[in-house]
Amino acid sequence: MKTVTKAIAVTALVAGAGTAVQAQSCDWQPDRAVTYIVPWGAGGGTDANSRMLASMLEQKWDVPFNVVNRTGGNGVTGHSAIARADPDGYTVGAVTVEINTMHWVGLTDLTMDDITPIALVDIVPASVLVGKDSPFETLEGLLDHARENPGDLTGSGTSLGGIWHLALAGMLNAEGMAPDAIRWIPSQGAAPAMQELLAGGVDVATPALSEGKSLVEAGELRALAYMHDSPMAALPDVPLTANALDSGWTLAAYITISGPGDMPEEIACSYEKAVAEIVQTDEWAEFKASRGAEVVSMPSAELVDYMKASDAALGDTIKAVGLAK
Amino acid sequence: MDLMAILSAVADPLIITTVLACTLYGALVGAMPGLTATMAVALLVPFTYFMDPVQAVAAIVATTTTAIFAGDISGALLKMPGTPASAAYVEDSYALAQNGQPRTTLFVSLFASVVGGVIGVLMLSLASPQLARLATSFSSDEAFWLATLGLSCAVFVGGSSVPRNFASLFIGLAVATVGIDVAVGHPRYTFGLDELYDGISFIPAMIGLFALSELLRNAATGTETRLGRLTVEPIAQALRNAAAEIRRRWASVLRSGTGGTVIGALPGAGADVAAWISYALSRRFSRTPEKFGKGHLEGIVDGGAANNAAVAGAWTPALVFGIPGDSVTAIAIGVLLMKGLTPGPDIFTSDATLVYTLFGAFLLANVLMVITGGLAIAMATQLLRVPRSVLMPLVLMLSMIGGYAIMGSTMAIWIILVLGVVGYAMARAGIPLAPAILGIVLGQVVEDNFMVSMMKAQGDITQFFERDAAAVLGVITLVVWGVLLLRAVLDMFGPRRARGRKET
Repeated sequence: MKTVTKAIAVTALVAGAGTAVQAQSCDWQPDRAVTYIVPWGAGGGTDANSRMLASMLEQKWDVPFNVVNRTGGNGVTGHSAIARADPDGYTVGAVTVEINTMHWVGLTDLTMDDITPIALVDIVPASVLVGKDSPFETLEGLLDHARENPGDLTGSGTSLGGIWHLALAGMLNAEGMAPDAIRWIPSQGAAPAMQELLAGGVDVATPALSEGKSLVEAGELRALAYMHDSPMAALPDVPLTANALDSGWTLAAYITISGPGDMPEEIACSYEKAVAEIVQTDEWAEFKASRGAEVVSMPSAELVDYMKASDAALGDTIKAVGLAK
Repeated sequence: MDLMAILSAVADPLIITTVLACTLYGALVGAMPGLTATMAVALLVPFTYFMDPVQAVAAIVATTTTAIFAGDISGALLKMPGTPASAAYVEDSYALAQNGQPRTTLFVSLFASVVGGVIGVLMLSLASPQLARLATSFSSDEAFWLATLGLSCAVFVGGSSVPRNFASLFIGLAVATVGIDVAVGHPRYTFGLDELYDGISFIPAMIGLFALSELLRNAATGTETRLGRLTVEPIAQALRNAAAEIRRRWASVLRSGTGGTVIGALPGAGADVAAWISYALSRRFSRTPEKFGKGHLEGIVDGGAANNAAVAGAWTPALVFGIPGDSVTAIAIGVLLMKGLTPGPDIFTSDATLVYTLFGAFLLANVLMVITGGLAIAMATQLLRVPRSVLMPLVLMLSMIGGYAIMGSTMAIWIILVLGVVGYAMARAGIPLAPAILGIVLGQVVEDNFMVSMMKAQGDITQFFERDAAAVLGVITLVVWGVLLLRAVLDMFGPRRARGRKET
């Protein structure tokens, strides 16, 4: 079964997926339980967004949507499970930005060609955080120190080669410094990294803005910037890297709902339609506001382009950082 | 913090019903081998969408509290600890249950858990900001020493000789090396299997090491022992004995409850480390240390009080700084955010009712646990009437399904089978099983923190004593090691004593 699906996926890849058949009615509906695979752990941002979306799809279509956390392998396990499932509409999953980093660092052969992007669920810009007692008041100050004393400062936020590492190393690279001018200290996710930052174990952390929001509001941490080009309602006073840096560097992770490779257009567009309706509801808006995030939506065609652009950009960063395999 | 405000916050029929229902649910899930407190909470999340914040928090708190206690039930009756936190004293509780005191043992466990839990809540309500401040001052250096101390305790207290405990621990640590390492992101011993990238999950490992190996051992002896033949004491007598035991050891309960809360609040540690360290301390200060591991209530009192206290402690960094200490609090933070409440230092002033309710729900859950836990004990001990040859395969099947559900992959079943054979071989060689579990649970914590500290210090090992708290913890650990080495040397060259250990 697995090999068959793989073969189909490969064929799709060769044929140059996305030869979409137009004029679909988009009214496919599941008539039994759907499995919603989340490649990350319970309690995280991907999990929260996906569970909310799953419960709203459940209400809409009146079949159970079972959220399954297939964690492990820095996202490889869950993403493989999504890609290799039957594309019959009864398995979907939360494909995240890591689909565009894992293959560059040699963790897996899986790429975005092996899945069918359906809709964008969340955009999560990286932040630049320091402790409240840090001598650095501005991003420029931090970067100037790193430029003059390469290797003196340490940063954390996720594993080596993880998305928040690429955020920091990519920014340093874009600003004309060595990517390890601030040394990366790997961690098992954003929470332990923030713990280290509070304890004074590292000098800077670059996790998702939403992860640091409450500590920043509480005055325990200082947000020097976030790596985005449009201000977010959550922390409107924090500078944007797009404005603050000459290079205009930005980096945002994203969460999608996607299907297995080669999902029939009829099913994919039915999901797309359903999600498009859900993100316009007040309930979804309230949920997003509670997490300090913005409601995002994007047609699947645009999403595919967006992901392709992200794949190329992240590939360049990974090569520049020297993690490409 | 005002106790009356806490009590009035939960004096609401809706909250009381929720807590009661959730303690029952927690007891049910926790007693099932292979299902964890985290899983119980994750399954609860969809229901919390329809609750108001206060009720949702109460539900989560009540579920975890009882699920952690209920892990003791399968430990005592089947030698299959429901959580790694119960593994510290499983040898004792199983031996006691075999000696016809299953109910007394479990009621001692229950009462110790309840008192430990209440101590945890009281400390939480009196000193969360201070505890959280302490927790956030912990960097990887301190976390490394704390986890190392936890591991050392396993060697210190395992019932067997020091070399055998070391052997068990190292088997556990070897298992823990499987998976992607955090420092360089390189997969180790995964044989190209994606499912092994995340390492060997401790749930299938526990099922294999404890349950399957026990089953194999029974099969190998050839005689069909009926657990039902063992005497089960009347409930009233068990209750009386248990209450007397707790009264006699009130000082131990107090010590382990406070210690457990503090350890639970610290990063890198949790209910499991709390239980092991308390068990080790209990043995160290006991007048009868030689009885430990062979069916002694003293260690159960300390371990049981500490792990439930740690559950409360784990909430401090989550509440005060929004940093989840474990997966349960991570889920809880998600639920709070969804309800528009942001955990942080201000939550004590901005959402005081919620904080009061949280404490109240903890208190209430611990009190109601006496009833639901007692019910669970009464029902579970009926299991002893079922012939073992029928019961054990059923339990194994259920726990295999549980293990499969945790990993979502048939790899879980392979892990159970392989580690079952390993566990059987260990038992045959007289090597205790419990330190191996701690090795599996803490191996990664120790390694991650060591590597992170080394990378921060660029290879300078003195960095581990640079920070004040780290230096203190480091010295304590080194002293424990010194004592252990001394004991090992004495064991080797001193007069041989017949230890007479068969049951491991």
